[in-house]
Amino acid sequence: MNSTTVKTAAGYMAGLLFGLGLGISGMTDPARVLGFLDIAGHWDPTLVFVLGSAVGTTFVGYRLVFARGTPLFSHNFQLPTKQELDAKLLGGAALFGIGWGLSGYCPGPAIASMGGGLSQPLLALLVAMVTGWLIADRLNASS
Amino acid sequence: MDWTAGLQGLIGGVLIGLSAVWLMGSLGRIAGISGTIGNLITQRTKGDTAWRLAFLAGLISGPLLLMALGGGLGNVAGIPGAVIGEPAGGVPLMLLAGLLVGLGTGLGSGCTSGHGVCGLARLAPRSMAAMGMFLMTAIATVYVVRHVIGVAL
Repeated sequence: MNSTTVKTAAGYMAGLLFGLGLGISGMTDPARVLGFLDIAGHWDPTLVFVLGSAVGTTFVGYRLVFARGTPLFSHNFQLPTKQELDAKLLGGAALFGIGWGLSGYCPGPAIASMGGGLSQPLLALLVAMVTGWLIADRLNASS
Repeated sequence: MDWTAGLQGLIGGVLIGLSAVWLMGSLGRIAGISGTIGNLITQRTKGDTAWRLAFLAGLISGPLLLMALGGGLGNVAGIPGAVIGEPAGGVPLMLLAGLLVGLGTGLGSGCTSGHGVCGLARLAPRSMAAMGMFLMTAIATVYVVRHVIGVAL
């Protein structure tokens, strides 16, 4: 097996686990997500369980993985190096939160939900999200 | 409190965590959806396309597999076992929301997975700040929509 095949299989495996996790946890249901964000309404705590166990698993797993020194099928770990809490980070996060609150979709669940069929609203969200990525890429390149 | 929903949340969260650990352990990458998938459209980093496309295919096939198994493994609110919920609004609202999600995660270098799961697990200050910010604006947005304007999204 050449390295592209191995990397492709590894990527598929990661995506599949992620998609299974989103589906089993109910994060592919915007109503659950909006129910969590609606702290003044009939609050839905499901997202807390999802985030808590995901962060916990990753916290432990990352330490085991980093202790090995290198990834299995790549030369090095590619980790973000930026440290500044700049306006772009915080402004971007603020905009993302508004979109998340309007729809109940963050990128993962929106994409994973395609498996249930492409309704017009979901298609509209995905097309607009990709457009947003392209605009952000232009802005990032020019700053 | 719905304990079944919470338990499914815990199990799903572990799988999401295992995905993040596996992607770091195998390819040395952060499992952030906006970065991993967005790169396919924006930067198209050479040599990275195949695994990113495979990740995308896996992400979509996860819920598909759950539906094919047919045993009611999903966790949609109010519909036991259903895997995929309905969008909360029509096309105009989703266009606006999608644009904000894309623009915001593109400028802010990540979403709920990259900052929320991987970043918090790395105890990264930028991710904690981003997470605090998007949680705050998302909660404020839902509050305004549901309790100030009074629309039931």
